[in-house]
Amino acid sequence: MTEVSVASTGTAISTSQIPIVDYLRLGDRPHLVAHECTACGARYFDRRNGCARCFGTQFRTIDVPTDGTITAFTIVAVAAPGVPVPFVPAVVDCDGTKVRANVINVEPTPENVRVGMPVRLATYVVGRDHDGTEAIGFGFEPVGA
Amino acid sequence: MTDDVWILGISMTKFGKHPDLDIVDLAAQASQDALRDAGVSMSDIGVLAAGNLMGGGRLGQNLQKQIGQTGIPVYNVTNACATGATALRTVIMAIKAGECDMGLAVGSEKLSGAGLLGAGGQAKAADSAFEPQGRFGAVTSLDGRIGTDTMPGVFAQIGMEYDHKYGGATFDVFARISEKNHSHSTLNPLAAYTKRLSLNAIKNDVMIAYPNTRPMCSANCDGGAAAVVVSGERLRRMDPDQRRRAVKISASVLTSDPWSDGCQILPDINTLTRNASEQAYKAAGVGPEDLDLVELHDCFATAELVHYDNLQLCKPGEAVDFFESGATWRDGTTPVNVSGGLQSKGHPIAATGIANVWEVCHHLRGEAGDRQIQDAKVGLAHVIGLGSACGVHILERAAA
Repeated sequence: MTEVSVASTGTAISTSQIPIVDYLRLGDRPHLVAHECTACGARYFDRRNGCARCFGTQFRTIDVPTDGTITAFTIVAVAAPGVPVPFVPAVVDCDGTKVRANVINVEPTPENVRVGMPVRLATYVVGRDHDGTEAIGFGFEPVGA
Repeated sequence: MTDDVWILGISMTKFGKHPDLDIVDLAAQASQDALRDAGVSMSDIGVLAAGNLMGGGRLGQNLQKQIGQTGIPVYNVTNACATGATALRTVIMAIKAGECDMGLAVGSEKLSGAGLLGAGGQAKAADSAFEPQGRFGAVTSLDGRIGTDTMPGVFAQIGMEYDHKYGGATFDVFARISEKNHSHSTLNPLAAYTKRLSLNAIKNDVMIAYPNTRPMCSANCDGGAAAVVVSGERLRRMDPDQRRRAVKISASVLTSDPWSDGCQILPDINTLTRNASEQAYKAAGVGPEDLDLVELHDCFATAELVHYDNLQLCKPGEAVDFFESGATWRDGTTPVNVSGGLQSKGHPIAATGIANVWEVCHHLRGEAGDRQIQDAKVGLAHVIGLGSACGVHILERAAA
């Protein structure tokens, strides 16, 4: 959890923030990190028991580039109860590392999202718990948005 | 070393709504029909494999209690949407291993009104504290926030990924694939839906996950299917009529995902299907050009397109051109899903991987009535369960 100062009506208030997932790093330059297999270079975002590609068990943490390209997407119009629609799940290729994320800050129509589109990481507030802690989510927005 | 293995009898129930039948009823109906079709009884059966995904387990023993308890080994099988094919393959393996010379594989599912599959995750209670949990250290449910786990959304992206790689895979192309299958099912009295849908009706129906509208998604329904499998050695001692109607299982293959780049971000349903088809063609000694019909896993219109390529029905990257040529319509060079496929025949999950084999057998036996593919000699049945498991069976008509 990170403590950040948020300027509001001229008064500094201390707000606690937590990333939606542990592979999102907050701070001045929010970015994703991956577990990279030290033997073969395969990259993963979840807690690992080993490498699915080479069976190695040593990993290092690497920063994932924040710019990428959409290689697949959909526009979900029907989802489970409580999940707001529409939203735009996508696969984003960040200089060789595939990332799963929503495309955000875009009109969710087939005219406004396309495969091959350049995008960059962006964060937003997902919600707040009873302690006032903000959960910070991420997505990718069109470059120039 | 191993003898040939054959389908001796096979059956599927009507797919659709069966409010008065449970999964045991559907499995029993399919099994008793398959035994009748084979001309044998439960006393001939040496192994039972029973597939069911959503019903809670032990279908096999519950089925035995209704149709015959003979003390034989029972394997209860789940393997996502490849459950039926896995049950079939379990029986085939037992026979090939020499444990018995005849077995019964069955799959049964109740899915009418099941709604959206794959939608999981609990919404976070508003008054609790954020606490990282699970393999991603997530503080809340991720579905809808970091992509989607729903089947329509996943398979939609798989179709769009094909478009990104090769181009030309438009909404219109996917909708026309669905138009084909909804047209084919008009000739299949056992299909859940037998109404022809116009292209406009398909495109203007409710959007589920772009580019798949509702009729472009597999139809949740109830159904059962069962097959009696026999060794070649036992078959040779059977009546001429049983031998004439028997269908040779020339290949039975099951694969899972080999690691590929990004496969844990978006499931790679391509590599394992390509691997399964390569193994199956090699085992059967046939090529894609020899196939008279194909039943492939069109759980969504987007999936059917990529599987033309994965099953090597066309050259790599040419699935759109292949479809545009008319090849996959029932009067084309490689008819695909003449049953109506999962989009129109329906997809009672565990029954699907045996029902598609039933469809192929029906044509190879020359018993498919109005939708008979003339002089069909070789066919292929394919399923994929996300996660993933891929089953491919190649079937051949008995030599006259």
